[in-house]
Amino acid sequence: MGKRTFSIGGVHPHDNKISRDCRIKPLAIPPTVYISMSQHIGAPAKPVVAVGDKVKVGQVVAEPGGFVSAFIHSSVSGTVKSIAPRADLAGNPVMTIEIAVEGDEWAEGIDRSETLVTAIPSDNKAIIEKIRLGGVVGLGGATFPTHVKLMPPPGSKCERVIINGCECEPYLTSDFRTLLEKGEQVVIGAAILRQVMGNVPCTIAIEENKPEAIVHIREVIAKLGYEGIEVMTMKMRYPQGGEKQLIDAVMGRQVGSGALPISVGAVVQNVATALAVYDAVQKNKPIIDNSVTVTGACAAQQANLLVRVGTPLRFILDAVGGVPESAAKIISGGPMMGRAVANLDAATVKGTGALLLLTEAETRRKPASACIRCGKCANACPMGLEPFLLNRLVKAGDMEALEENAIQDCIECGCCLYSCPANIPLLDNIRMGKGAVLGAIRARAAAAKAAAEAAKK
Amino acid sequence: MTNIVIWTIAIITVLGVLLALVLFLVAKKFKVEEDPRIDEVEKAMPGANCGGCGFAGCRAFAESAVKASDLEKHFCPVGGNDTMAKVAAILGFEVKAKAPQVAVIRCNGTCSARPKTNEYDGFPSCKVKAALYSGDTGCSFGCLGCGDCVEACQFGALSMDPETGLPVVDEEKCTACGACVKACPKLIIELRPKGPRGMREAVVCVNKDKGPVAKKACANACIGCGICVKTCTHDAIVMENNIAYIDPAKCKLCRECEAMCPTGAIHGVNFPKALDKEAVKARIAERKKKAAEAEAAAKAAEAEQSKKEEQ
Repeated sequence: MGKRTFSIGGVHPHDNKISRDCRIKPLAIPPTVYISMSQHIGAPAKPVVAVGDKVKVGQVVAEPGGFVSAFIHSSVSGTVKSIAPRADLAGNPVMTIEIAVEGDEWAEGIDRSETLVTAIPSDNKAIIEKIRLGGVVGLGGATFPTHVKLMPPPGSKCERVIINGCECEPYLTSDFRTLLEKGEQVVIGAAILRQVMGNVPCTIAIEENKPEAIVHIREVIAKLGYEGIEVMTMKMRYPQGGEKQLIDAVMGRQVGSGALPISVGAVVQNVATALAVYDAVQKNKPIIDNSVTVTGACAAQQANLLVRVGTPLRFILDAVGGVPESAAKIISGGPMMGRAVANLDAATVKGTGALLLLTEAETRRKPASACIRCGKCANACPMGLEPFLLNRLVKAGDMEALEENAIQDCIECGCCLYSCPANIPLLDNIRMGKGAVLGAIRARAAAAKAAAEAAKK
Repeated sequence: MTNIVIWTIAIITVLGVLLALVLFLVAKKFKVEEDPRIDEVEKAMPGANCGGCGFAGCRAFAESAVKASDLEKHFCPVGGNDTMAKVAAILGFEVKAKAPQVAVIRCNGTCSARPKTNEYDGFPSCKVKAALYSGDTGCSFGCLGCGDCVEACQFGALSMDPETGLPVVDEEKCTACGACVKACPKLIIELRPKGPRGMREAVVCVNKDKGPVAKKACANACIGCGICVKTCTHDAIVMENNIAYIDPAKCKLCRECEAMCPTGAIHGVNFPKALDKEAVKARIAERKKKAAEAEAAAKAAEAEQSKKEEQ
């Protein structure tokens, strides 16, 4: 089979994987961790510990605050110092549990040995419950609670599980290193996921710039002898790791506007999520740490680190030689979709995948000029939208036209901004319009619901 | 040749007259009866079509006002009391004069008082900036300084002061239409009564953080200490979420709170004399001393009274 990719749009930035040869090293435990209650999409978790409580590693400190929500566990052992709002990396206050570290005592029942557990339990319900209790969320970026994804709504059927090992964002290497160093665990995690979804075939999609990982995972699959799992080599293209793009690339099916991947029979999980599923199901180990890439041409040292959840960003950067003078911007995540860090005292969350240091020259925005109507943004948009049009409509404040032109389908990948020769801040404006339109849609739905209830009475 | 010219003119004239007749008849037959007062009211309006009254424009305001049973919900902030008196006269209503208002910027986080903690390199719009993060200073409540309010103002009453990085209101030009209030994503701008001869007091801070946090972020912040509430003898100041608020209806413009505020978060404007803080403080101390003496005297008298009764 030839190398596959998605059918519309996309760009090809230089991949800059300069930290690819750095093994994942465990980072020292910081003296204090700050565990956010909003580490996932959906309702924030509710703290179940009180100030002064002693907690162990892996102990539940917060329970789900709704259906789409997740358990949160202590990543260290120590004493709960405070439960109060604290500024996250954007400076916005988020409810946070502060834990002062004392030793490294783990909760009972967690298997910390290195032995590989290959036998998969047969009870699927028990597996999903274990994933739920392990606080597993999608680690590809959206942090959607995994157990919710594994329970498709009635009437829909999963036909293929896709494990996303594309890591199409430039600079990031934590998934690549995970594939190389924990390939067995990832494959077992994939086997668990395909069993839960009804023994459907499973594809591990890896981009062509990671040939070592492709060879290694193929060997692991052969060694472990699982059936129904294959590795697919993907052509390099951003945003291949986008859920809808990956389904298009792997299965040749396009997810409709506003529809969920399950509507075309696909469930997509990230490599790191597969590893977390393995840990939760086979080892009873909840998500208490994740691998974070620290990189950038100006960084003192390239590194892939295994970091406890809630470690302050400053602590991580200090451990790898501090912030160099030349660094003008620090981004949490990749250069395309990551968010600039406004507050280095913020702590990591489950979904933190990278800290990227960029220099002034690499990151400074060029002044915007007028649109020259070249249409590059429309060519680059992987969702088939017309960014130049949306930009204009946002400026005009035409909410109806924005909705008609499917602004809510925008995945904020940044391809339009990347491809614009006039440096127009397309995504900035579209993101604002998207928020306004989503608000209008929600308000309308709420009004319709209220009207229906009033009619009932 | 002359014939052709004469015929052309004649035909066109006849056609014109006929069509005019048709138009006249159609206009008569299909005439929409419209309240003539709508036109009158519209003429009395300032014609800015700013939407400050809550209607789409001056005509929409006039249409609604004509149908309304009173003018409770109709007020043109641009035209103010004069316009409303004219409208009321046309429609035969009585209207109470409203105090003229002005936009007040409730943030004094100047560049020097509120140091930057990071640099914003995104699109220069407060709305975009507010959606991305808490801002480029330690204060997550204050002015973002991209000038969305300036852009929203149709009357040119707002401008950015490059030295402070904050918007400035030109009181002469401000019509209190409220466009800036809606444009500000941080809800900093408030319409407040102009006050007698423009004199008014206001807390120019919206930081809801606790005192030390607010103070660290901005030297001019309201730290929620409550001294102003204790000082005020008119019960005009309330403290909520670590932020003081002066009720303009109750404020008697004594300026005692302004003198006592430890961070200078209370501003008085348009007063004829500069505030002599020491004098006001001395006055308050004197009053407190007298009150304490009076209380002591009353207590002594009471004790005497009870002693006498015992005897």
